[in-house]
Amino acid sequence: MSGAARTSPLARLRGGLGSTAGVYLVLLGVIVVAAAVVAAAGRTLFTPGNLTVLMTSIAVLGFVAIGQTLVILVGSLDLSVAYLVSLSSVLAAGTMAGASGGTVPGIVTALVATVVIGALTGCLVAYLQLSGFIASLGVGLLVAGYLASFYRGTTGKASPELAAFGSASIGPLPVPTLLMLACLVLAVVLVGRTRMGMHLLAVGGDAHVARMSGVRAGTPVVVAHALSGLCAGIAGVVIVARLGVGSPTVGEQGGYDLLSIAAVVLGGASLAGGRGSLWGTLGGILIFAVADSAMGILQVNPFLKEVVRGVVIIAAVALYARRTAPIVRRRFAASAGPDPAEASAATAAGPTAPVTEGAER
Amino acid sequence: MTGTVAEPAVTRYDPSRPPLAKRLAAGLATPGGIVWVLLVALLVAVVVYNPQLAAPEQFLRLIARMAPVAIVAVGQYFVLVSGEFDLSMGAVIGVQVVLAGTLIGDDPSQILPVVLLMFAVAIVVGLVNGLVTTLLRVPGFITTLGTMLILSGLTFYATGGSAGQNPAEEFRVLGRGGLELPVLGYLPWAIVVLVAVVVIAAWLVRRPFGRLLLLSGDNPRVAHLAGSPVWWLQTRAYLLSALAATVAAILLVGYAGVHPSVGSGYEFTAITACVIGGVVLGGGRGWLLSAVAGALVLESLFTLLNFVGVAATWRPTVQGAIILVAMAVTALRTIRRRRPSAAEVPPRSEPGAGEGAPAPATAPQQPRGT
Repeated sequence: MSGAARTSPLARLRGGLGSTAGVYLVLLGVIVVAAAVVAAAGRTLFTPGNLTVLMTSIAVLGFVAIGQTLVILVGSLDLSVAYLVSLSSVLAAGTMAGASGGTVPGIVTALVATVVIGALTGCLVAYLQLSGFIASLGVGLLVAGYLASFYRGTTGKASPELAAFGSASIGPLPVPTLLMLACLVLAVVLVGRTRMGMHLLAVGGDAHVARMSGVRAGTPVVVAHALSGLCAGIAGVVIVARLGVGSPTVGEQGGYDLLSIAAVVLGGASLAGGRGSLWGTLGGILIFAVADSAMGILQVNPFLKEVVRGVVIIAAVALYARRTAPIVRRRFAASAGPDPAEASAATAAGPTAPVTEGAER
Repeated sequence: MTGTVAEPAVTRYDPSRPPLAKRLAAGLATPGGIVWVLLVALLVAVVVYNPQLAAPEQFLRLIARMAPVAIVAVGQYFVLVSGEFDLSMGAVIGVQVVLAGTLIGDDPSQILPVVLLMFAVAIVVGLVNGLVTTLLRVPGFITTLGTMLILSGLTFYATGGSAGQNPAEEFRVLGRGGLELPVLGYLPWAIVVLVAVVVIAAWLVRRPFGRLLLLSGDNPRVAHLAGSPVWWLQTRAYLLSALAATVAAILLVGYAGVHPSVGSGYEFTAITACVIGGVVLGGGRGWLLSAVAGALVLESLFTLLNFVGVAATWRPTVQGAIILVAMAVTALRTIRRRRPSAAEVPPRSEPGAGEGAPAPATAPQQPRGT
């Protein structure tokens, strides 16, 4: 009762919106501001051409961020993704070497390598109980040294089929982006509808409680890291499809490690694990993409783009970070009713607020 | 005298306390102790490979080259034990180096005002990092990622990404010059600065500030309930890390010259150094001096590999391998010790001391009983 007395109507309204809705509100705000700024300069933000560019730009970061979301949900962190993207691109391009027959072997080689490395990181986190930060930093550096020592400049060549895949589009939507959205839906199903997804959220929320409840705490961690490796690998293949070659520095230059983490946190996830949503991550990526697109139209200096990105990250996360504490409390209160996984991942937390109140009365 | 009630009972006089040699051995067996053994071994190996370095002057020059990384590690230490990360340190170094290069120019009279300006910039960055993290509750990882992007973006925008003019020689002397001394022969200023920074930092760790910072990193809720201002403690930690980055930048201007990317990667190197030195990510545990030793271990390992003839491109792999090996060894020891009851936290005797002095709780009466 005391808890109910303390929440003001305003706080309840804000809590009821849930973090994913908050992300899309911020996205809406960014779109409005970006459109206004672009319009003030006498240009239009939403021309079909700009939209296609925007949709193309989210594919690679999107893939990386899907994997990063899974890893952050399970309470870990993956700093190795940037190097895995590079590794996948050089392995894929190097194996296919421009030959039509090389498409499948190239992709398989790249993805097997990144999945194995991701799973290895996962094992370090799960069974040696290293922090995800350290384990993935170490593994990432191992890969970085390999890349720097064995590859100088771009390497290999995309097969014609892969290049066609990279430039194909259905209507206004590029095929790589559609594939990314399909993977996102698969990941949503994995997290929200499968036993593995439930275990992932349980371990991310509290590994100890999960273990006490009979969940093998290691497996979801390894699976999440392996999938993160897979996603980074696919991102590398998409880059090969786009550029036509593999590059040992492309992941680092893209800053995919830190940007993907930023996108996930922008999407409302907690770095402590157990709370977050893939749709939120998509919102986070779109926030970046819209801001980038507007600055691209205005031909802002690329270095100043970084500055704006930094401001957007801090400001956006600050906007909804203050709600962290109440949400944690609601999660505990609601856990008697609906599954916590639903509250945090599958949907916006909207439905849980009335249930919480009902439980209190 | 009010602040020193709890400690003397344990540290001043305790007949059950194990002898010094035993405590030293126990201390060396911890992650924060092993790093010292490793450091001595590596330095010996470096000298064996390059006997010229046995001369005190050359040896001190070698250590002086490691000073910037060690100083950055000191700053990072404060943030890490408070339970956060500072990813903006490299970008702060970049900003400060460029500021010094462009504003001092050839005019020695500008040194003092510009140095004051640099420290003012550091204080602003530290305050922003700290207050956004604590009061706005943005995770420190994200805050400092944001300030990293902002600062490095501004630096590269201002310079266009190219190297700048070196400032006056009087300013660069801190990074490249030294003192002529009777016994040692030559003492680089960088070592003097490093020792000063470490002494001040070690003093701070032993102050109530340091103790409470470790407490707030270990358990912010308890620290808050006990009445300590957690937000201000963490903000001061970010202030210290920005100041440390500035000091490192002043040394780097002399040693490496003016380029906006001089500091890139320093934040992760510093985190690596702290972790090798036994600092636990997530806060609450770690020795300051071992973090410094971790930085020296990392740098002397690179020097050694250089002498042995390993290509510089393998540096990241070596860094990654040493992180993983160090952490895996620690983890295996911890897991083995915890096996009987996975839930229990191993006992700790001193805050800030990690598991340095094993708690004598099991055998306090034995010496007196016999």
